Amino acid sequence: MKRFLMGNEAIALGAIHAGVHLACGYPGTPSTEILETVARENDGGIYVEWSVNEKAALEVAAGASYAGARTLVTMKQVGLNVAADPLMSLAYVGVKGGMVIVVADDPGPISSQTEQDTRHFARFSKLPVFDPSSPEEAYEMVKDAFDLSEKYETPVLLRPTTRVCHGCVSMELGNPLPRRPVEGFIKDPKWVIFPALSYRNHLRIEERNPRLGDELSAYRFNTISNKNTTGKKGIATGGISWAYVREALGDAEVKLFRVATPHPFPEKLALEFLDGLDEVMVFEELDPVIERELVYLCGKHRLNVAIRGKLTGDVQKAGENSVESVKAVLHKYLGLPAPKTPPSLPGLPVRPPVLCAGCPHRGSFYAVKQAMKGRKAVFAGDIGCYTLGNAQPLDMVDTCLCMGADVTIAQGLAHVQPGVKHFAFIGDSTFFASGLTGVVNAVYNGSDITLVVLDNATTAMTGQQEHPGTGKTLMGKPAPKLSIPGILKALGVEEVVTAEPFDLEKAVAAVQKAADSPGVSAVVFESPCIAVRKPDPVLAVDENTCVGCKKCIRELGCPAISLGGKKAQIEPSLCYGCALCAQVCPVKAIGKGAENA
Amino acid sequence: MSSIILAGVGGQGTVLASKLIAQAAMNRGQSVRTAETIGMAQRGGCVVSHVRIGAEIFSPMVPKGGADVLIGFEPAEAVRSLGYLREDGVVVVSSKAVKPVTASLTGSDYDGSQALAYLKENVNKLIVVDAGKIAASCGSVKVLNTALLGAAAASGLLGLTIGDLENAVRERVNARFVEMNLKALAAGKLAAGAE
Repeated sequence: MKRFLMGNEAIALGAIHAGVHLACGYPGTPSTEILETVARENDGGIYVEWSVNEKAALEVAAGASYAGARTLVTMKQVGLNVAADPLMSLAYVGVKGGMVIVVADDPGPISSQTEQDTRHFARFSKLPVFDPSSPEEAYEMVKDAFDLSEKYETPVLLRPTTRVCHGCVSMELGNPLPRRPVEGFIKDPKWVIFPALSYRNHLRIEERNPRLGDELSAYRFNTISNKNTTGKKGIATGGISWAYVREALGDAEVKLFRVATPHPFPEKLALEFLDGLDEVMVFEELDPVIERELVYLCGKHRLNVAIRGKLTGDVQKAGENSVESVKAVLHKYLGLPAPKTPPSLPGLPVRPPVLCAGCPHRGSFYAVKQAMKGRKAVFAGDIGCYTLGNAQPLDMVDTCLCMGADVTIAQGLAHVQPGVKHFAFIGDSTFFASGLTGVVNAVYNGSDITLVVLDNATTAMTGQQEHPGTGKTLMGKPAPKLSIPGILKALGVEEVVTAEPFDLEKAVAAVQKAADSPGVSAVVFESPCIAVRKPDPVLAVDENTCVGCKKCIRELGCPAISLGGKKAQIEPSLCYGCALCAQVCPVKAIGKGAENA
Repeated sequence: MSSIILAGVGGQGTVLASKLIAQAAMNRGQSVRTAETIGMAQRGGCVVSHVRIGAEIFSPMVPKGGADVLIGFEPAEAVRSLGYLREDGVVVVSSKAVKPVTASLTGSDYDGSQALAYLKENVNKLIVVDAGKIAASCGSVKVLNTALLGAAAASGLLGLTIGDLENAVRERVNARFVEMNLKALAAGKLAAGAE
């Protein structure tokens, strides 16, 4: 029977059907649903965890793979930066049980800090990488990746992109393999990385990869279509761009090379493709990886083929490809019909993403803003929903770099601009993932900063995942609930105050108290995300009392409040009853709906 | 082969609506591909769901000028996605505007009427329904999505009948909300017929 599956679900089922024993990762768009699906579809025989971060996940999986278990690790592309340390060494040490590391890239970027390309990471770490063009392929490739991993005793990367991860398709699934028993860890010097071992393994890997490239030349998803066409112009592509190219080409018969394993590059097949061509246009997202490989091959084999793409300025260098963007290039390259020019549209309201109505972060940011009124202060932010605190009118995020950087950036600022107050905002999940070492650094080095932990009791941005502070694991089991104030105190932060962000007066007082204590101080705002709590009774504006001053709109930027005529109005379907607006209103015109109706 | 675009604002239920269409098409033995906006943009930003039905489809995204039906969950979002519509395609749009926070802040007067006027001027086959009101009368503003699906099915261009969508609702919607969604489908269909 066909199932309607998201790419990420297909990847998860691929791993389950390949007999995976252990799956772990850290949430990150567009990868999150993979691990959630493994947990949901688990027959009870798979160990699944949200690890505290990507480095921990990769190391947990490495241990299990040493013992012979099949392991799956999931993360988004920037997560691989965090896991780079174990990855680089593990590439030398290798594994016993198959290990597939799924790293989701995000062309656009749609929900990420960077447009980095994991295919480079594959080359850098010398690991094989699979690049699926569709959810169906991703499902098949997970199984192929496990087999390859065990055959060569190496971790293998699978790199889907957003449109594969979040594309859904009606698809047929194969038969699950039984999970084989785990052999167990066998002591051997090969598991201990030492310079002499690294030297030997480096040679071994360099000798292996060209062989692997030849083997992959015969891989069923590395393909050449229209092999016998006499045209002198070819197209090379990979990943989701293959789908765009297929669609843009229509019935046109052009020699088409699809690269499903960008590293090690299938050289033999590439040479077969290049044979007889004068020109090649390369369509790929993020970096010109296939393009450079082809340029290299032409140089190596002295082929007179012009390779065009991003490097030659023919294809856009950043952002997503689309059927239209490919059509526009093919119009010039092959004389195919130009894409239709879209109609010119009238001015439309812009909709930048905003904090939800009832979001506790709004209260926290507003309290800090009020407490620091008239004082010179810098607000270092971090990755999560609360990055949206930078939007007007809150305007409370001055920097955002990478996971955990708020704590440390604030320290750097504080060391060089005394007299300015420095705040660091961090969410609960980010705090556990990579905030702790920054706090230790601040305490040890005597920094003068105030840390604000926005504890909404979930990993909100990626869709409410558990973490060490929620008291539950991904497998639904109760877990010790780590106390953030307790951790901060244990790390040596002397002034730690907790506050409820929707009690404005007390929240402001708490911030002032922490801000006025020298050294490292902290405010922990505790209030759950609206996605994990029930709404309070909605509020309404009493039209007779409202003077139309717009203070609620100007100061809070709540999506539930707008101006109806000259008075403020609250959209009941959006209001969560947080009552922050009622506390901001200077004439007390906002109250519980029933009283004011 | 048919392509459908669902355009709205994060939180309006475009993702469930696209799943219902997909399920209904699958039940008819058709192949389906969809693409969704998931992530940061969901927080009150513009969201577009792409649904493509048929065997010879590669891209999950509808090409510009390739949509048979554009379902606008909000007037300005329908206009924003108009480039996806094929020349003789149909637009089904909810007349209720969702005001962006920025509009309230800058004092912009966006209330949807400007966008509706633009649609009336530029779209031959336009069905405007007061989906917000229909949904509320069915018991919850949350069923705005199924009300719009009912109206879209009534246009005949979805390639699906109300019966197909009803079955999909029974399969994919939480049992507690099935009745409400079925009511919204029927009310949406009725409203489109009255247009």
